Amino acid sequence: MAQVQLFGLWGSPFSCRVEIALKLKGVEYEYIEEDLSNKSPLLLQYNPIHKKVPVLVHKRKPIAESLVILEYIDETWNERNPILPHDPYERATARFWAKFIDEKCIFALWKACWSEEKEREEAAREACEHLQTLEDVLKDKRFFGGDMIGLVDIVANFMGFWLGIIEEATGVKLLTEEKYPKLYKWSEEFVNCSAIKENLPPRDKLLAYMRARYGVSITY
Amino acid sequence: MTTKVKLLGFWCSPFAFRVVWALKLKGVEFEYIEEDIFNKSTELLELNPVHKKVPVLVHDKRVIVESFVILEYIDETWPQDPLLPQDPYEKAMARFWAKFGDEKLLESAYKAMWSKGEEKQKAMKEAVESLEKIEEVLGGKNFMGGNSIGYLDLAIGWIGYWIPVWEEAGGSMRILDSQKFPAIAEWSAKFLKHPVIKENLPPRDRTLAYCHKRAEEIYANFCASEN
Repeated sequence: MAQVQLFGLWGSPFSCRVEIALKLKGVEYEYIEEDLSNKSPLLLQYNPIHKKVPVLVHKRKPIAESLVILEYIDETWNERNPILPHDPYERATARFWAKFIDEKCIFALWKACWSEEKEREEAAREACEHLQTLEDVLKDKRFFGGDMIGLVDIVANFMGFWLGIIEEATGVKLLTEEKYPKLYKWSEEFVNCSAIKENLPPRDKLLAYMRARYGVSITY
Repeated sequence: MTTKVKLLGFWCSPFAFRVVWALKLKGVEFEYIEEDIFNKSTELLELNPVHKKVPVLVHDKRVIVESFVILEYIDETWPQDPLLPQDPYEKAMARFWAKFGDEKLLESAYKAMWSKGEEKQKAMKEAVESLEKIEEVLGGKNFMGGNSIGYLDLAIGWIGYWIPVWEEAGGSMRILDSQKFPAIAEWSAKFLKHPVIKENLPPRDRTLAYCHKRAEEIYANFCASEN
């Protein structure tokens, strides 16, 4: 059995985050694709609480929740490419924005793309407020982590890759270059970053999936 | 140069108390500022424009918000009497269960307090299921942190004090049954007896009256938004 295993889902941004981190650190791992409609006994054994992916298993010990996994990876393989900064205040700031993206942004953006006509305006307003917040946080930095990608960049992968594809599938326009030039530029840098681009799901496969999903959501 | 530490909190917030406990356990002197969360100060809105909530820690000019982020900052800045374990896996477990405590148990137990009927039953069921998981994790441990209070004890320490208050405020909701959860009952009694914790808890009667009032207000708002 490989020392490091990752239970993931090909189209999940949460699962992708862990792959990016492992790649950045040069960690070899075995990837196991899960079928969420038919969860494997191993997944249920390793994550009985949430029964979700991603789950990282290192030396037979499982860790769930992507943010928890990212910090674990950073602390365990700490010789290269730090994900979190060294200074406690900068670490706190990175953790804060990572939490903000996870708990507020992603949900708001998702809702703004998929909601019914009447809810869409309010959802879009909230989503745009959050995008503006991130635009302001980024300032003139190349990445949220500075010159190199860090925790916040990895956690913002939904904005960096998934959002554009969902926008194309649904016709909803949120992260535009006109409104958020810095964030837009960041998303281009993000997908071109070598540690990132090798670990993104195939664009056309994800687009087809989102289109099918959108087709279903407008029928009902 | 003396460093200045300031904490903005609310007198009965379990989130604020986590930070108070951490600072006291580490022997860090700080100035406590009471916020009226129903009439937020300009200072709070300036310091935490994103969430507009307490607790907010101000250390010299640095502002840190979100109680778990604050706890980790405190642990890294004042390394004496460490709160988080050294081992990365143990640390990951502490963080995982702290998150679980807030997202699953606290949310559902609080909802069970203010909701009624089917919603209340559903929330109570979820709270009990979450307690079962925490009971298992606690096992026969002295504290989650081992022989002394650690990060996870501070993260879930609210259980033994706030849940009984919410049960009383909400009425018809028994979830923290000590017969059903003996490990939690024992751990919690030890935790609440600890000299630092004991000296830093909100007054029970006043908290009960406040929660009773909040339960009514939140339920009324909930009904209004459903219609």
